[in-house]
This record gives sequence, C-alpha cells and structure tokens, in this order.
Amino acid sequence: MARLAKRATEEAQEGTTEHPRSRTQAWAQAQAQTRTRDALLRVEAATVRLGGRPVLDAVGLDVAEHEIVCVLGPSGSGKSTLLRAVAGLQSLDAGRVLLAGRDQAGVPAHKRGVGLMFQDHQLFPQRDVGGNVAFGLRMHGASKEQQGARVEELLELVGLPGARARAVAALSGGEQQRVALARALAPRPRLLMLDEPLGQLDRSLRERLVVELRQLFGELGTTVLAVTHDQGEAFALADRVVVMRDGRIAQSGTPLEVWQHPADEFVARFLGFDNVVAATVRDRLADTPWGKVPVPEGTAQGPGTLLVRPAGVRLVAPADGLRCTVAARTFRGTHVAVQLKPEGGPPIEAACALREAPAPGDEVGVAFEAAEIVVLGEPSAP
Amino acid sequence: MALPVAFFAVFFAYPVAAIVARGLKTDGVWRFGRIGEVLAQSDIRHVLWFTTWQALASTALTLLIALPGAYVFARFDFRGKQVLRAVVTVPFVLPTVVVGTAFLALVGRGGLLDQLWGVRLDTTVWAILLAHVFFNYAVVVRTVGGLWSQLDPRQEEAARMLGASRFAAWRKVTLPALSPAVAAAALMVFLFTFTSFGVVQILGGPTFSTLEVEIYRQTSEIFDLATAAVLTIVQFVAVGAILAVHAWTVRRRETALRLVAPETTARRPRGAGQWALLGGVLASILVLLVLPLGVLVQRSLDAPGGYGFAYYKALTSADSGIFLVAPIAAIGNSLEYALAATAIAVVIGALAAAALTLPESRLRSTGGTSMTGRLVRGFDALLMLPLGVSAVTVGFGFLIALDEPPLDLRSSWILVPLAQALVGVPFVVRTMLPVLRAVDGRLREAAAVLGASPWRVWREVDLPMVRRALLIAAGFAFAVSLGEFGATVFIARPDNPTLPVAVARLLGRAGDLNYGQAMALSTILMVVCAVALLLLERIRTDRTGEF
Repeated sequence: MARLAKRATEEAQEGTTEHPRSRTQAWAQAQAQTRTRDALLRVEAATVRLGGRPVLDAVGLDVAEHEIVCVLGPSGSGKSTLLRAVAGLQSLDAGRVLLAGRDQAGVPAHKRGVGLMFQDHQLFPQRDVGGNVAFGLRMHGASKEQQGARVEELLELVGLPGARARAVAALSGGEQQRVALARALAPRPRLLMLDEPLGQLDRSLRERLVVELRQLFGELGTTVLAVTHDQGEAFALADRVVVMRDGRIAQSGTPLEVWQHPADEFVARFLGFDNVVAATVRDRLADTPWGKVPVPEGTAQGPGTLLVRPAGVRLVAPADGLRCTVAARTFRGTHVAVQLKPEGGPPIEAACALREAPAPGDEVGVAFEAAEIVVLGEPSAP
Repeated sequence: MALPVAFFAVFFAYPVAAIVARGLKTDGVWRFGRIGEVLAQSDIRHVLWFTTWQALASTALTLLIALPGAYVFARFDFRGKQVLRAVVTVPFVLPTVVVGTAFLALVGRGGLLDQLWGVRLDTTVWAILLAHVFFNYAVVVRTVGGLWSQLDPRQEEAARMLGASRFAAWRKVTLPALSPAVAAAALMVFLFTFTSFGVVQILGGPTFSTLEVEIYRQTSEIFDLATAAVLTIVQFVAVGAILAVHAWTVRRRETALRLVAPETTARRPRGAGQWALLGGVLASILVLLVLPLGVLVQRSLDAPGGYGFAYYKALTSADSGIFLVAPIAAIGNSLEYALAATAIAVVIGALAAAALTLPESRLRSTGGTSMTGRLVRGFDALLMLPLGVSAVTVGFGFLIALDEPPLDLRSSWILVPLAQALVGVPFVVRTMLPVLRAVDGRLREAAAVLGASPWRVWREVDLPMVRRALLIAAGFAFAVSLGEFGATVFIARPDNPTLPVAVARLLGRAGDLNYGQAMALSTILMVVCAVALLLLERIRTDRTGEF
C-alpha cells in the first residue's frame, strides 16, 4: 500500500508540473506528513453488502489529481459498485469516501461534484444532443450563453461539432458514447468516472476511441476513475491499473508492472495467461510438473506459483525438451497459439510464427526461456 | 404516500365503515348474527347466485367473443385499425346507464329487434350478458392484445424450427406467455360484471338483480340498512378476493418476457382463413358494439313528428316536472363535477403511483426487505378496491358519514366530485404505474450525478416521460367520473343532477317523450365520452395502462 501511494504521488507530481510552484511545495510538505492527503479521491475500507454478501470488501483506493486509474475485473467483482459508492448512488455499510480530503458521508450524489458516465450511456431520450450536454450546466445554474458556448466547445472536443440539434435516438453507438462523455465533462467534475466506457462498441471503434480518450484526458488534465473488464482497454487508458476480485483489490500498479508481474494466479489467468503451475524454486531452477524450468536471476526461493508467458515456450525437436503432443492450434492474426499436451502436468500454450506452427497430432519438444518466466505472489523488483 | 392514504381513509374507508356500522350496530352493540340471518334468506341467496353466475357467464362470453378480436388487433395489419381500436374502447368508458339505455333501444320493448322480428330480450338474461360483452370487449382486447402484439413471433418460429407444428408452437410457446394476461383480463371482466349496477338496474327489470342492485334497493327503497350492510360486506370480501388473485396474475405477467415493438409483429392477413377471421371479428364488432350505439342515436332522433331534434329541444325545458331545472342543465353540472373529480383523481392517483414506484427504485439499490415490498403491494391492491366496492355503499356512506362537523360536506357541491374521484383514482394509478416503472432508474441517477436535486430529477426526468400518461389518466378519470352512476345517484341534489342520473330518472318515467329525452341525453353523454376518448387515442402509447 505504501508503495502504491508513493507511486501515486510520483505520478501526480509529473502531472502537476505546470501548476504554481507554491502549490507543489505545499503539497510536498503535506506529503511528508501524511503521504496521501493530496489524493483527490480516497476510499478507505469501503464495504457494501447486498443481501448479506459483501460486494465491496474493505476496499482502499487513492486517486491523485490528474491521474487516470482503471479498475479491472471480471463481472461481479464489485467494480461498478465501487463507482456507485464514490458517486453517492450507493451507500456504504462501512468505510469512508473522501473527495479532496472531505468525508462524503451524507453528501447526496448531486452535491458531490463528480461525473459518471454510465455503461449504456443513459442519455435522456426526450432531449436532443445539446439538451443532454447542457443538462449538468443547467443544474449548476449556468446562463443560456454560457451553456451554449460550453456545449459547442464540448461537442467540438468529442468530435461531434454541430450535432447539438440531433435526436439522441438517431445517434450511432459511438456517437452516443461521445455525447455521454461530453455530458459528463460539461460541468467540469473534479473526478470523472467511467463505467465500462467502451463496453458496447465494436472492436475497431473501441481501439480508436481509447487512444482519443487518453489524449483528451491528458490535455484536459482530468482525474479519471474508470472500470472495465477489458484488459486491453485498461492498459491503453490508465496510468495505474487496479485489478479487483470478489470485492477486494487483487493488485494495483502501472499497466507494465501488472502485465509483467501479475500478483497471483487469479490476476495472471484474468490477463489471459494460462501457463500457470505450482513450483518450488531452488537457485535458478524451478521444480514444476513440467520438470525443471529456468527462472530469472533474483527470483525468491522456495514454493510459489510459476507463470510462463507463451513467448517463453520454445518449440524444439522432441528429443531436446519436454515431450508434447500438439492438441490444437488457433490462428491469432500475428501468430498461431498452439495447445500442447505434455507427458506430465497441465497443458501448455505456446506462440509460434505462422510458418513454423506444427500441425495437430505432431510430436514436439518444449524448452523454456527464463526471461519470459515469472514467479507470482512476490514483491516485484524495485 | 400520506395524502392518498388520508384521502382513502376519509372518503372511502370511513363512509363504508360508517354504513356497515349503521347496519350492524344497534344500541352500540355489534350484531354479527345478522350476517347469518340475511344470508339465510332465500331471495338474498338467489341474488348471490345470480350475481355470480351472470358474472361467470358474462366473462366466458366476453372472452369467447373478444379473444379472436385480440388476436386480430395484435397480429393483423389492416386499414383503419387505429380508428377501430378507438371504436372498441368507446363502450368501456361509456356510462353504464348509456349502455343500458342503448341495449334497451336495441332489444327492449319497442326496440329495433322487437320492431323487425318481434324479438325482445330485455326480460331475459341475454340482454344483460350482451351488454356486459359490449362493455368489456375493450378490456380483453387491450390487456391480451396489448401483450400479444409485443410477443416476439420469432419465439414461435424457434419452436417451429425445433419441430413443433403451427398449433403446437402456439400452444406451447404463445399460450403460456399469454395466459397470465388472459387471466388478468378475465378477472377484470368478472370484477366489473360482478359489481354491475347501471346495466342490470335498467335491463334487469324486477326479475334480475345483482348484489349492487340489491344493495341499492335495500337502502333506497326498502330502507333495510342491515341487509344492505351485510351485502356490502359480502361484496367487499368477494371483490377483495378477486383483486388478490388479479394482483397475483399481474405479478406473474411481469415475469421476464421478451417483448418487441408491436409494429414489427403485425402483418397483412393472408389466405382465406385469415381474411374470414378478420371479417368475422369486424362483423361481431359491428353487431355487438356499433349497432347498439347506432340504435341509441337513431332513437334519440326518431321523434313523433318524424326525424328531428324534438327530443333534444325538449331537454331545454323544465316543464316535465321531473327536475327542478331543464335536463340540459345536467350537461353543465356533469362537466363541472367531472372536471373537479378529474383534478382530484389525478393529484391523488399520481401521488399514489409515485409513492408506489419510489420505494421500488430504492429497494433495488439497497436490496431492501420483502416487508416493504409487501407493504407496497398491499397499498397497490388497496387503491384498486374502489373499483369493486359497491359505489352505492360509498354514495350512501357519504351521506350518513360526512354530514356532521368537522366534515359536514352534505350540502357542499364537492361531495359529488369526491365520490367520482374515488372511482377515477384506480384508473389513474393503473395508467401511470407501468410508465413510471418503465423509467430507467439509472436515468435518474445520471441526472443526480450531473447535479440535479431529487426534486429536479423528478421534474427533468420523470415528468417529461409521464406527461402523456398523465394526460391519458386524466382523460380516463374524466370519462369515468362523467359516467359514474352508483354513488352519484345518492348524493347528487335534485336541482343539480348529472347526466347519468338524469337519464335514469327519465327512463324511470313512462311516456314517449321521457324515453326519447333519455335517448337524447344518453347520446349527448356518449358523444362527450367518445370525443374525450378519441382525443386520448391520439396521444396514447402502447406502453401505457392496463385498461
């Protein structure tokens, strides 16, 4: 946790370079006293029970100003509930939500000053695009001129200039998405929350929008808390990724850290890694059901869980490695995923170049590369 | 929730309780033995039996005739469908007095059938049954047809692909999905016919009497309050049971069905069979629904000196001596009363509907208890009670309960609108509820997150969506208030009769002039109701309402 907070502050520091110096100083002092006071959003031991079952279980989370944090987890892991709790739409059974250091207990949703973009957008069907975007401004008492100017500005920003008079029912999924974003951004929320922001869009649109979003938030300096079940989306969007499982936080770190060093088997499998086995590490070798496997230098000794990324599985002649039968192969565009059935132990997945992929039924040997192997459940190298 | 509950307590529960107490309490002692005594009388038992079996027969007959209609409206696309849908709904909002009068003109003494073939049905139970079908046709078409049109035909196609024959697919897929709606419609028809008053009062003659008519007879003619009180309780219990079953079927109907837009399921009829079905349905509508109204209009114009507006002119004079004022004044009275009643019913009903949906959305977010849910459902059922509880009892109860301070309303004009509003509220609630429930709770949340206070959320999100439903509810309440007869007949003062009361009084007198004037007045009432309904039909959405 301390490590996380440190990184959060580091990243926040980078983000605040253009802010007045005095503020940075004051902030550094504050940081010296309590490391997390500057967190724009602080969630402390938040617990929500629905029907006796904890949906959020003592979740702690800090989001620093200008940071983009993405909560990643399978459906039912409690990530949407977390957003609703922060927004004030879901009351906590225990714990606290602090925004800019102020406890939000008893503060109703409409007074929290946070934005929430809903999973299926929830645009107001009886209003046109402009009416939707201006809604939050009207609620905050903006004048007609202010509203008009800001609506134009935002529609421009999300790439829908001149769309203000269109009916929301006539918009495509991607356009609705943009309008929902403009609507959430219009009142300048101090924290913008996105619930599965790109969930319903098709793949190519999603990949394009995620880049646009990251660029946009960077330019605006928006503080963002997003939730998604799509790791690609999370990694592309976030400064920091928080993986949730059964209402608890399983891991938190930069996308690269999480990708390289999944905290445990759950996170590894959720990220799509399937070559996970129990292992005992002695020196630079691990004892696994697949036999002796080399591990990188500095790996913690003793029993653990071992992950071999598909790229770390090299196919060799049957005599030169672990003897396997090819069970299936799946074309993945850039490579072929090959399912191997070893003589002992669980199946192995390997990634092969298109031309070299063996056919199902072939006998192959498997050698492991230490560089693509990581033992899970241990602190990563600093 | 407090206001609707208070309204119902003061203007519904209190008068009903008062009249029951008046009947069963002598010298401050409750005499429940009277219940047994009354029920032992053979003529009372006869009334009970007749009430039940005519309601059963009416329901069966209505289903038999209206179900093909529901199918045709749901699945066929033909020219004039919208207009026809409005036409079949007109009878439902017509005052029972008008329905009775129309059938009298068709099958009664000197009626159309009498003139043509010498057939008279007004002394037989058929007149009552046919009038009930006329009245309730729309209930079945709307409730069953509404759901039927939204059932995804691909479900049936899926069954066909799995090897089911056309009939088997219908029986195994569509019928189960439809049966709760059929049950709900049947129960509503049963409820309406079980408590039928105006129709039986006019067509039943001395031979046939339902509970409601008997209550009226006992209170206003024989002044036997004890018997009336017992009958009120009996009817109350029966209606409560029917409503409980109805609530249960409605809840079952709300189980997840895959619904699609009705426009996508209807197509033009194909083949001789389907055209024959369409033709048959159109013919039955023509004979059963349009003909009585046509005859009513024709009779009102058929004055002794040839066709003309003689009867209508007669309405403008107070010479007949039945009323202190010209019958035509009843139109003004009726409109004023109905407008006031509509305002009351809409306010009370909208508040009740909002109260019924609010806890639900809160329930969903907090995972609330089944206790609150049950409370809400109980309140829901309570709101329906005035539909079935003897209007006569309510009217008479108003007279004896609201006659002393602090609530001395007997001489106040507001008494009539209050009683009429009571009958209108269930319609408002039933129309508003489905729409309010269909408002996605997350839209409210979206507004809240954007900074809208709860009151703003209601104004900005809920109100625009329910505005149409509110208009429709108001229209229904207006039509129902306009036609209310059972309660009004007691409390309307002789110098301020409403249209239905005036019609009934005219019919009670002998003579061609009175009869003709009754027809004329009924025609006016019908036109007002029909115009109100046709206006509504223009703003109606298929989502709204269970009626």
